[in-house]
Amino acid sequence: MSEEKEGLFSKKNRQLLVNPLDDNNPITVQVLGICSALAITVKLEPAIVMSLSVLFVLSAGNVIISLMRNIIPSRIRIIVQLVVVASLVILVDQVLKAYLFDVSKQLSVFVGLIITNCIVMGRFEAFALGNTPWKSFLDGIGNSAGYGLVLVIVAFFRELLGSGALFGQQIIPDSFYEAGYMNNGMMLLPPMALIVVGIVIWVQRARNTNLVETN
Amino acid sequence: MDLINLFIKSVFVENMVFAFFLGMCSYLAVSKKVTTAVGLGVAVIFVLVITLPVNFLLETYVLKAGALTWLGDEFAEVDLSFLSFIMFIAVIASMVQLVEMIVEKFAPALYASLGIFLPLIAVNCAILGGSLFMQNKNFANTAEAVVYGLGSGLGWLMAIVALAAIREKVRYSHVPAPLRGLGITFIITGLMGMAFMGFMGIKL
Repeated sequence: MSEEKEGLFSKKNRQLLVNPLDDNNPITVQVLGICSALAITVKLEPAIVMSLSVLFVLSAGNVIISLMRNIIPSRIRIIVQLVVVASLVILVDQVLKAYLFDVSKQLSVFVGLIITNCIVMGRFEAFALGNTPWKSFLDGIGNSAGYGLVLVIVAFFRELLGSGALFGQQIIPDSFYEAGYMNNGMMLLPPMALIVVGIVIWVQRARNTNLVETN
Repeated sequence: MDLINLFIKSVFVENMVFAFFLGMCSYLAVSKKVTTAVGLGVAVIFVLVITLPVNFLLETYVLKAGALTWLGDEFAEVDLSFLSFIMFIAVIASMVQLVEMIVEKFAPALYASLGIFLPLIAVNCAILGGSLFMQNKNFANTAEAVVYGLGSGLGWLMAIVALAAIREKVRYSHVPAPLRGLGITFIITGLMGMAFMGFMGIKL
């Protein structure tokens, strides 16, 4: 086992953290976890709460699955994974209900849908089942950070352009509105989330030409 | 009449894909060809129609606050609703497994054409989402749950087939290089979503 000689933050391990932010972003490149990314990005606050929830579920789940990877029979691994995720999500849901009730109302079913968020299952399958707990932990943090990054970017633009505010505080000064500026109500509607993500992908791929698809 | 109304609503107005973004992952990944899109869509309808009523019964007789009253008065206070996520997902995963085995045994041709999509459905957010919305909507009886399952499944099928058809055509157009593939697919879906918003407020 050569990997055990590596330092905790060797170059390889740092790659695990940094790669998902850009080159291997879960949303824009791996196409995982889109559902929740779009639905809860009308405002910044729920987007950030959602990212933190996914951060917790994914890193903890990755460690648990990675610890059990040698004793899970591969035939029933999907059910085992689902049970692990579901228990973690119940924890998150109960904590949110207790301490952040308003946000938890806004997120409605989407907290529960972290269970079927493909990021979680995808990383379990692709990474945690074949790697040591520490690496899986880093992978979990990295991927959920990449997920959170896109969420925050999308939510930032949707809240700024859609309601002229950030975190519920008005940002666009009143003089703008008097001069005839209007909020783009379209931004608050579901379809614009898709288009904003499409534009994020466009910008990212224009900068990082390795990611351009051929057909 | 209520049932028809619910059906129309779940197909068009509350379309799983365009209004709630559920089942997006497989929606984007499997929409390159119309034939595979139809296969996946049919499988989703199948599983939704089976799991929704089962989860509805589970919710009404086991999980809801006071649902266990039929066991005896001492259970009237029990509220197991915090367990609903894990129960629903367990039902869905086992139903998918069951459906897979039944289809393999009795309709090998359908099984071969669905291929790997059947097991993948267990982690399709549209399925779990259907159950969670069912929980929010407080349906009166099992028939409503079945109709809701059928409607949202059909809506999902329609969405994915439409997108697949568009993508087959888009392949021949000049899309800016960085936008090709995923980017343009997102924008197409956004435009389709806008079109679907025209159904909002329709009531029968």
